[in-house]
Amino acid sequence: MSTFVYMTRCDGCGHCVDICPSDIMHIDENIRRAVNIEPNFCWECYSCVKACPNHAIDVRGYADFAPMGHSVRVRREEEKGTISWKIKFRNGTTKDFVSPITTKPWGKFIPKLAEGEKPNDDEINSQMLYTEPNGLNIDGKLPSVPKDTFKKGVYY
Amino acid sequence: MMTNNPFAVLAETIPSVFLQGFVITMLSLIVIGTVIQMIHHKNITYFFNNAKKAKLSATRELGAGETAAIIAKTIVHDIATTSELGAGKRRVAHVLGMYGTILFWIATVVLIFSYTSSDSVTPNFWSMMWHVGAIMTCVGGYWFWLFLRVDVLAEAHPWYRIIKADLFVLTLLACATFGLAWSYTQSLNLENRWDDKVFLTLYILSNIALFGGVYWSKFAHMIYKPGAAIQKNLAEADGSRDNLPPFADAPKQFGLGIKREQPKHY
Repeated sequence: MSTFVYMTRCDGCGHCVDICPSDIMHIDENIRRAVNIEPNFCWECYSCVKACPNHAIDVRGYADFAPMGHSVRVRREEEKGTISWKIKFRNGTTKDFVSPITTKPWGKFIPKLAEGEKPNDDEINSQMLYTEPNGLNIDGKLPSVPKDTFKKGVYY
Repeated sequence: MMTNNPFAVLAETIPSVFLQGFVITMLSLIVIGTVIQMIHHKNITYFFNNAKKAKLSATRELGAGETAAIIAKTIVHDIATTSELGAGKRRVAHVLGMYGTILFWIATVVLIFSYTSSDSVTPNFWSMMWHVGAIMTCVGGYWFWLFLRVDVLAEAHPWYRIIKADLFVLTLLACATFGLAWSYTQSLNLENRWDDKVFLTLYILSNIALFGGVYWSKFAHMIYKPGAAIQKNLAEADGSRDNLPPFADAPKQFGLGIKREQPKHY
């Protein structure tokens, strides 16, 4: 499954680019509309679908478990604090339900990257991710498991 | 400068029929570019197929009167004020650019077709409209291009990175900028010096690029976007809502507390 964009609805506002945790929603260079540049890496988190103010983003399911004709669509209403869902099955059955918005404001739990320090080359080339190791609360070093404590057998 | 009709001065050396022919050629280029784009991109076919598919899940049929009322409301509320851009700088910049361009183009046609003959006197109103339109286009366009473009705001690209999607806005800005520069240098009465001819040449070239590039540029969004807005509001009214859920039956109790921020957290 991956997201795709209805070009007639998209106005290139950039909210999906901003929110995508995989950094795969970008702006097309030919028409300045949003586009999923790596559908394989989309984990269907629906962040961009919910963030889009024009309902221009949809998710395409694989045909084996979400046959053609189905639809899962979302309406986010900020002032009500709700996210409404409409699930449409292939046989025409529809289900509507409403859930609360649980997104946290930027800067509270989501770091404001634009205001953070620019990483140097060593940090960029390091295997550590952003805020690691401090963000992991592991006293400055990654935990290790001594090999001799491993159980005998095949590990996958 | 603001009351100068640059086309009337130009018509003293070039017959006005050439100016009129140039305008007609540019209009033809718009039509040809849009039609070829429609045939090649198949966007109109997709649009109508999609609208037809959406109609199948409509919960009620709209009467002709209701449809006309929705279309009229969409034109006044959504299209005339570009409400899809939300309340903010993008919308102000777009409205400035949109009305500036409309004024600039209408005034160009009126000035060329009505006030380029030797015995005509150009009313100050139309000359003013031409200049005001060009200035509005420049203010809205440069504001958008330098600061509000999604490439700059959300993608963190530098303002000078030019891509194919810039073809429309840059050629439009070139038309307005070189048009103003041409009118200004003409109003200085430099006695047949080179200045105004350079800006006239650049103004002509940018017009050819703008109207000749319709097939490759975003020019046609002026036609598609209003159509999409009408379809969206009709789908909302007939209950199909493009498969979207209905509005939640909940009070507006959170105000702006969790409102989305400007997309610039790169």
